[in-house]
Amino acid sequence: MSAAQTLPFWLDLLISALVLVGAAFALVGSWGLARLSDFLKRVHGPTKASTLGVGCVLIASALWFTARGEQPSLHELLITLFVFLTAPVSAHILVQAAMKLDPSVRPPPPPAKAGDPSALRRDPSA
Amino acid sequence: MMLPAALSVATGMLALALLLAAWRLLRGPGLPDRILALDTLYINSLALLLLLGIRIDQSVYFEVAMVISMLGFVGTVVLSKYVLRGSIVR
Repeated sequence: MSAAQTLPFWLDLLISALVLVGAAFALVGSWGLARLSDFLKRVHGPTKASTLGVGCVLIASALWFTARGEQPSLHELLITLFVFLTAPVSAHILVQAAMKLDPSVRPPPPPAKAGDPSALRRDPSA
Repeated sequence: MMLPAALSVATGMLALALLLAAWRLLRGPGLPDRILALDTLYINSLALLLLLGIRIDQSVYFEVAMVISMLGFVGTVVLSKYVLRGSIVR
Protein backbone atom coordinates (compact mmCIF):
# COMPACT_ATOMS: atom_id res chain seq x y z
CA MET A 1 0.00 0.00 0.00
CA SER A 2 2.65 2.52 -0.94
CA ALA A 3 0.11 4.29 -3.10
CA ALA A 4 -1.80 5.57 -0.08
CA GLN A 5 1.12 7.75 0.95
CA THR A 6 0.67 9.93 -2.12
CA LEU A 7 -2.87 10.96 -1.17
CA PRO A 8 -3.50 14.24 0.65
CA PHE A 9 -4.49 13.82 4.27
CA TRP A 10 -8.09 15.01 3.98
CA LEU A 11 -8.79 12.70 1.05
CA ASP A 12 -7.30 9.76 2.93
CA LEU A 13 -9.49 10.60 5.91
CA LEU A 14 -12.59 10.99 3.74
CA ILE A 15 -12.11 7.71 1.87
CA SER A 16 -11.38 5.83 5.10
CA ALA A 17 -14.49 7.26 6.76
CA LEU A 18 -16.68 6.40 3.75
CA VAL A 19 -15.35 2.84 3.61
CA LEU A 20 -15.92 2.34 7.34
CA VAL A 21 -19.43 3.85 7.28
CA GLY A 22 -20.38 1.78 4.25
CA ALA A 23 -19.16 -1.45 5.84
CA ALA A 24 -20.97 -0.56 9.07
CA PHE A 25 -24.24 -0.01 7.19
CA ALA A 26 -23.86 -3.32 5.36
CA LEU A 27 -23.15 -5.06 8.67
CA VAL A 28 -26.23 -3.48 10.29
CA GLY A 29 -28.37 -4.58 7.34
CA SER A 30 -27.20 -8.17 7.58
CA TRP A 31 -27.53 -8.08 11.37
CA GLY A 32 -31.15 -7.06 10.92
CA LEU A 33 -31.63 -9.84 8.40
CA ALA A 34 -30.33 -12.38 10.87
CA ARG A 35 -31.96 -11.06 14.03
CA LEU A 36 -35.42 -9.66 13.28
CA SER A 37 -38.45 -11.82 13.93
CA ASP A 38 -40.85 -11.33 11.03
CA PHE A 39 -40.34 -11.59 7.28
CA LEU A 40 -41.59 -8.07 6.57
CA LYS A 41 -39.26 -6.75 9.28
CA ARG A 42 -36.39 -8.72 7.83
CA VAL A 43 -36.95 -7.19 4.38
CA HIS A 44 -36.24 -3.74 5.82
CA GLY A 45 -32.66 -4.37 6.85
CA PRO A 46 -30.89 -5.50 3.68
CA THR A 47 -32.90 -3.48 1.20
CA LYS A 48 -32.24 -0.16 2.91
CA ALA A 49 -29.09 -0.47 4.96
CA SER A 50 -27.11 -2.59 2.55
CA THR A 51 -27.97 -0.38 -0.38
CA LEU A 52 -26.77 2.65 1.55
CA GLY A 53 -23.61 0.78 2.57
CA VAL A 54 -22.84 -0.19 -1.01
CA GLY A 55 -23.47 3.43 -2.01
CA CYS A 56 -20.89 4.69 0.53
CA VAL A 57 -18.30 2.12 -0.60
CA LEU A 58 -18.94 3.05 -4.24
CA ILE A 59 -18.44 6.75 -3.52
CA ALA A 60 -15.19 5.93 -1.69
CA SER A 61 -14.04 3.81 -4.63
CA ALA A 62 -14.87 6.58 -7.11
CA LEU A 63 -12.89 9.11 -5.02
CA TRP A 64 -9.92 6.74 -4.77
CA PHE A 65 -9.69 5.98 -8.49
CA THR A 66 -10.31 9.61 -9.39
CA ALA A 67 -7.42 10.62 -7.12
CA ARG A 68 -5.20 7.85 -8.52
CA GLY A 69 -5.78 8.47 -12.21
CA GLU A 70 -5.97 11.59 -14.29
CA GLN A 71 -9.57 11.44 -15.41
CA PRO A 72 -12.59 11.03 -13.09
CA SER A 73 -13.70 7.45 -12.71
CA LEU A 74 -17.37 7.10 -13.61
CA HIS A 75 -17.89 3.34 -13.60
CA GLU A 76 -19.03 3.53 -9.99
CA LEU A 77 -21.83 5.92 -10.80
CA LEU A 78 -23.13 3.33 -13.24
CA ILE A 79 -23.07 0.62 -10.56
CA THR A 80 -24.62 3.01 -8.02
CA LEU A 81 -27.43 3.88 -10.40
CA PHE A 82 -28.05 0.23 -11.18
CA VAL A 83 -28.08 -0.89 -7.54
CA PHE A 84 -30.30 1.99 -6.46
CA LEU A 85 -32.75 1.28 -9.28
CA THR A 86 -32.94 -2.47 -8.85
CA ALA A 87 -32.98 -2.86 -5.04
CA PRO A 88 -36.56 -1.52 -4.57
CA VAL A 89 -37.82 -3.54 -7.55
CA SER A 90 -36.39 -6.80 -6.26
CA ALA A 91 -37.67 -6.09 -2.72
CA HIS A 92 -41.16 -5.40 -4.11
CA ILE A 93 -41.28 -8.62 -6.13
CA LEU A 94 -39.89 -10.51 -3.14
CA VAL A 95 -42.67 -9.26 -0.84
CA GLN A 96 -45.24 -10.12 -3.51
CA ALA A 97 -43.87 -13.65 -3.63
CA ALA A 98 -43.93 -13.90 0.17
CA MET A 99 -47.59 -12.79 0.29
CA LYS A 100 -48.43 -15.32 -2.41
CA LEU A 101 -46.83 -18.14 -0.46
CA ASP A 102 -48.28 -17.15 2.92
CA PRO A 103 -51.21 -14.68 2.89
CA SER A 104 -50.94 -14.24 6.67
CA VAL A 105 -47.78 -12.20 6.07
CA ARG A 106 -49.96 -9.28 4.97
CA PRO A 107 -50.43 -6.89 7.90
CA PRO A 108 -54.00 -5.98 8.95
CA PRO A 109 -55.39 -2.75 7.50
CA PRO A 110 -55.32 0.33 9.75
CA PRO A 111 -58.52 1.18 11.64
CA ALA A 112 -60.95 3.29 9.64
CA LYS A 113 -61.53 6.90 10.64
CA ALA A 114 -65.03 8.39 10.76
CA GLY A 115 -66.00 10.08 7.53
CA ASP A 116 -63.36 8.32 5.50
CA PRO A 117 -65.05 7.22 2.27
CA SER A 118 -62.48 4.48 1.73
CA ALA A 119 -63.65 2.81 4.95
CA LEU A 120 -66.73 1.51 3.11
CA ARG A 121 -64.57 -0.06 0.47
CA ARG A 122 -62.24 -1.54 3.07
CA ASP A 123 -64.90 -2.99 5.34
CA PRO A 124 -68.22 -3.80 3.60
CA SER A 125 -69.96 -4.89 6.81
CA ALA A 126 -69.70 -1.41 8.38
CA MET B 1 -1.85 6.30 5.89
CA MET B 2 -5.02 5.25 7.63
CA LEU B 3 -6.63 3.77 4.55
CA PRO B 4 -5.03 0.28 4.86
CA ALA B 5 -6.24 -0.05 8.44
CA ALA B 6 -9.73 1.18 7.47
CA LEU B 7 -9.80 -1.29 4.58
CA SER B 8 -8.87 -4.17 6.89
CA VAL B 9 -11.55 -3.24 9.44
CA ALA B 10 -14.18 -2.79 6.72
CA THR B 11 -13.26 -6.14 5.15
CA GLY B 12 -13.75 -7.80 8.53
CA MET B 13 -17.14 -6.14 8.99
CA LEU B 14 -18.27 -7.18 5.52
CA ALA B 15 -17.12 -10.75 6.16
CA LEU B 16 -19.22 -10.77 9.33
CA ALA B 17 -22.16 -9.42 7.32
CA LEU B 18 -21.69 -12.22 4.77
CA LEU B 19 -21.66 -14.78 7.59
CA LEU B 20 -24.91 -13.40 9.04
CA ALA B 21 -26.57 -13.52 5.61
CA ALA B 22 -25.30 -17.06 5.05
CA TRP B 23 -26.72 -18.06 8.43
CA ARG B 24 -30.12 -16.74 7.36
CA LEU B 25 -29.74 -18.51 4.02
CA LEU B 26 -29.16 -21.85 5.73
CA ARG B 27 -31.69 -21.41 8.52
CA GLY B 28 -34.41 -19.21 6.97
CA PRO B 29 -37.84 -20.65 7.74
CA GLY B 30 -39.31 -19.92 4.34
CA LEU B 31 -38.41 -19.66 0.67
CA PRO B 32 -38.65 -15.81 0.59
CA ASP B 33 -36.18 -15.60 3.50
CA ARG B 34 -33.65 -17.60 1.52
CA ILE B 35 -34.13 -15.47 -1.58
CA LEU B 36 -33.68 -12.34 0.54
CA ALA B 37 -30.52 -13.80 2.06
CA LEU B 38 -29.14 -14.48 -1.44
CA ASP B 39 -29.96 -10.87 -2.37
CA THR B 40 -28.06 -9.61 0.67
CA LEU B 41 -25.17 -11.94 -0.09
CA TYR B 42 -24.65 -10.58 -3.59
CA ILE B 43 -24.91 -6.96 -2.44
CA ASN B 44 -22.36 -7.51 0.34
CA SER B 45 -20.00 -9.42 -1.94
CA LEU B 46 -20.22 -6.52 -4.39
CA ALA B 47 -19.02 -4.15 -1.67
CA LEU B 48 -16.27 -6.63 -0.71
CA LEU B 49 -15.07 -6.77 -4.33
CA LEU B 50 -14.89 -2.96 -4.48
CA LEU B 51 -12.79 -2.95 -1.28
CA LEU B 52 -10.47 -5.54 -2.87
CA GLY B 53 -10.20 -3.32 -5.95
CA ILE B 54 -9.16 -0.35 -3.79
CA ARG B 55 -6.70 -2.48 -1.83
CA ILE B 56 -4.75 -3.88 -4.77
CA ASP B 57 -5.34 -0.79 -6.92
CA GLN B 58 -7.01 -2.52 -9.85
CA SER B 59 -10.01 -1.00 -11.58
CA VAL B 60 -10.80 -4.31 -13.32
CA TYR B 61 -13.01 -5.20 -10.36
CA PHE B 62 -15.61 -2.62 -11.39
CA GLU B 63 -16.62 -4.79 -14.31
CA VAL B 64 -16.84 -7.80 -11.99
CA ALA B 65 -19.00 -5.80 -9.58
CA MET B 66 -21.19 -4.64 -12.49
CA VAL B 67 -21.74 -8.21 -13.69
CA ILE B 68 -22.47 -9.38 -10.14
CA SER B 69 -25.05 -6.63 -9.62
CA MET B 70 -26.81 -7.42 -12.91
CA LEU B 71 -26.82 -11.19 -12.46
CA GLY B 72 -27.86 -10.86 -8.84
CA PHE B 73 -30.84 -8.70 -9.74
CA VAL B 74 -31.88 -11.09 -12.50
CA GLY B 75 -31.50 -14.03 -10.13
CA THR B 76 -33.63 -12.43 -7.41
CA VAL B 77 -36.37 -11.49 -9.88
CA VAL B 78 -36.40 -14.92 -11.51
CA LEU B 79 -36.57 -16.75 -8.17
CA SER B 80 -39.38 -14.48 -6.96
CA LYS B 81 -41.27 -14.90 -10.22
CA TYR B 82 -40.87 -18.65 -9.88
CA VAL B 83 -42.42 -18.49 -6.42
CA LEU B 84 -45.19 -16.19 -7.68
CA ARG B 85 -46.22 -18.16 -10.75
CA GLY B 86 -44.89 -21.66 -10.31
CA SER B 87 -42.95 -21.46 -13.57
CA ILE B 88 -40.31 -19.17 -15.00
CA VAL B 89 -41.26 -19.25 -18.68
CA ARG B 90 -44.96 -19.36 -19.41
